Amino acid sequence: MREAPGNVAGGLEDYFMHGLPAMLLSVDRQLTHLAPVDILILVLYFALVVFIGFYAKGQANTSEEFFLAGREMTAWIAGLSFVSANLGSLELMGWAGAAYQYGMLAAHCYWFGAIPAMLFLCIVMMHLYYISKTHSVPGYLQLRFGEGARALSAVSFALMTILMSGVNMYAMALVMKTVLGWNITFSIWVGAGTVALYVMLGGLRSAIINEVLQFVLIWAGAAMIPILGLIEAGGWKNLKAQIAVNVGTTDYGHMWSTLGHFRDNPMGVHWTGIVFGLGFVVSFGYWTTDFLVVQRVLSANNLRAAKMAPVIGAAFKMAVPFIVIVPGLLALAVLKNPDGSIMHLVPESVAAGTQGLHSYNEVLPLMLIRYCGPGLLGLGITALVAGFMSGMAGNVSAFSTVWTYDLYGAFINKKASDKHYVAMGRWSTVIGMLVSIGTAYLVMNAASIMDYVQALFSFFIAPLFGTVILGMLWKRATKAGGFWGLLAGTVGSISMFTWVLRDPTALRYIAMSPDARPMAENLYRALWSWSICVVVTVIVSLMTKATPLSELSGLVYGVTPIPDDGAKSLWQKPMFWAIVVIVVFFILNLMFW
Amino acid sequence: MHTPELAKTLEEKQELSIWFFCGLLTLVYGVVLVGQGLYDLGHPPATVLNELHPTLKWGALMTFFGAIYVIRFRPGKG
Repeated sequence: MREAPGNVAGGLEDYFMHGLPAMLLSVDRQLTHLAPVDILILVLYFALVVFIGFYAKGQANTSEEFFLAGREMTAWIAGLSFVSANLGSLELMGWAGAAYQYGMLAAHCYWFGAIPAMLFLCIVMMHLYYISKTHSVPGYLQLRFGEGARALSAVSFALMTILMSGVNMYAMALVMKTVLGWNITFSIWVGAGTVALYVMLGGLRSAIINEVLQFVLIWAGAAMIPILGLIEAGGWKNLKAQIAVNVGTTDYGHMWSTLGHFRDNPMGVHWTGIVFGLGFVVSFGYWTTDFLVVQRVLSANNLRAAKMAPVIGAAFKMAVPFIVIVPGLLALAVLKNPDGSIMHLVPESVAAGTQGLHSYNEVLPLMLIRYCGPGLLGLGITALVAGFMSGMAGNVSAFSTVWTYDLYGAFINKKASDKHYVAMGRWSTVIGMLVSIGTAYLVMNAASIMDYVQALFSFFIAPLFGTVILGMLWKRATKAGGFWGLLAGTVGSISMFTWVLRDPTALRYIAMSPDARPMAENLYRALWSWSICVVVTVIVSLMTKATPLSELSGLVYGVTPIPDDGAKSLWQKPMFWAIVVIVVFFILNLMFW
Repeated sequence: MHTPELAKTLEEKQELSIWFFCGLLTLVYGVVLVGQGLYDLGHPPATVLNELHPTLKWGALMTFFGAIYVIRFRPGKG
């Protein structure tokens, strides 16, 4: 059994949601350098994204245009943007490293940890998000549970996104330093300046165009690794055989058969953690209530497009393991030292202190360098840069929306003109980016801050899902119930995190097993905090006066007429394609059981 | 019949499709990769499986798909 990651912060859910391993901390090494043609490719990319910013500015004049791209996006664009907002470079590098450590188990984050939730968003939740005409998830909470729930959700989201953007920025600079030897300050300011420019100019439209471009780029830049890797390994069957020889077990090709007990798999998780923690609470929380991704779907031009977008996103999401998990598996079989011996990657803490060793998190760059010469290398590096920048843009555009609509417009200046709010959106983009830069430098001087920022994310998202789902499905949920449930779930999550931080043995109580590993903690903490939120919401709601049904129309199932989405034929029905996707999803899980 | 002023206004309002941007980037990168791939024929890079000429082939594929998207979604069409 392989060693658990040394400094993978947070755990599976953090990997999954924002993919933030405290990675590549050994910055005194440089893996490769760029040829002139690689630099040309990178420069062309920067030129195009800046051009897109100026181009989109002409269509970002009203608040609806700036914050929701005018709600003009087609299903394909909203769907690709939806999945691309989550396809950051840290996810790619982190999960490729996880595949090297855990084998196909790592694919859970792309399949069980995403697909059911995306389809649930399409089938159940999109109606109410779209019908309510909300501009944000905190906005929905305001309509359903009042200003208290909105304020709590908006403050936590704004804080979280801006800090995450800073962490993303620092991580990009660190990766560029490690892979290419670039100066950290140069990377931070060039990346942040470019993103601030194109988001400030073009708003969400600009961010979405760049996310779709990034999606194309990531596939163009990363697909050569699994293609050439599988050719070198002699196909999938031979790859599995070589891994079995090199690692000494056939477990690396399985996703479910080793999840019977915590100690039977290198992740140290139990199937209940994967199914209920990751597959239900964490995944549903992220894909259905995190405004960063939901904002993309809200930009769709009609209800059917809004419902189709998550289905399209889910279909592409299922394919992502080909460019992420397969390279990690290939590294187990084909990655060799200069003397021809098998290269063994190690935890970050070990690699940082030992000359010549590489960490798990370097799998993707190592494989890129193995197969890609000048030109293709530049394409791969540009894809990574695009992924980082897209992640920053996603965070900062969502931040400016929530800040302007749910904090500034709701509590500070309620009666300003539309033009004023657009100006506030542009300014908050720039100020948000400056705060992110400050966060990046803070993280640079105290790496442990990164762990806490990642943990922040896990505090809020699980209880938020509890609040939103009860709000949509249960008429009896009251404003007081929603607010206190959300607060209790969040406080519960923070308390459990602090408990384990002060006393690591407490993990056995949260994960309900002495064999649980840190990977399991976040899954079970999410499950508990969601449960606390639901229980408190139910109890407080039953103790308080019910909200009149007339106030719930358009917000809750059962009192909201569901409009026809306009699908005329079977091929146009989102439900039909959702069934196709779920069937393929089950087949894939059975194939890698 | 459109007046020249109205035609100009309509032209100014003509949006560039997102797919056009995707096609353009793919096409330009494809052309750059094809150029590099041709150069690599005489100066092979020190990478595994370079004998398969991945840069040239990938560049050709990107040029092909990029060109299709640029033509299909070019400004002023449809």
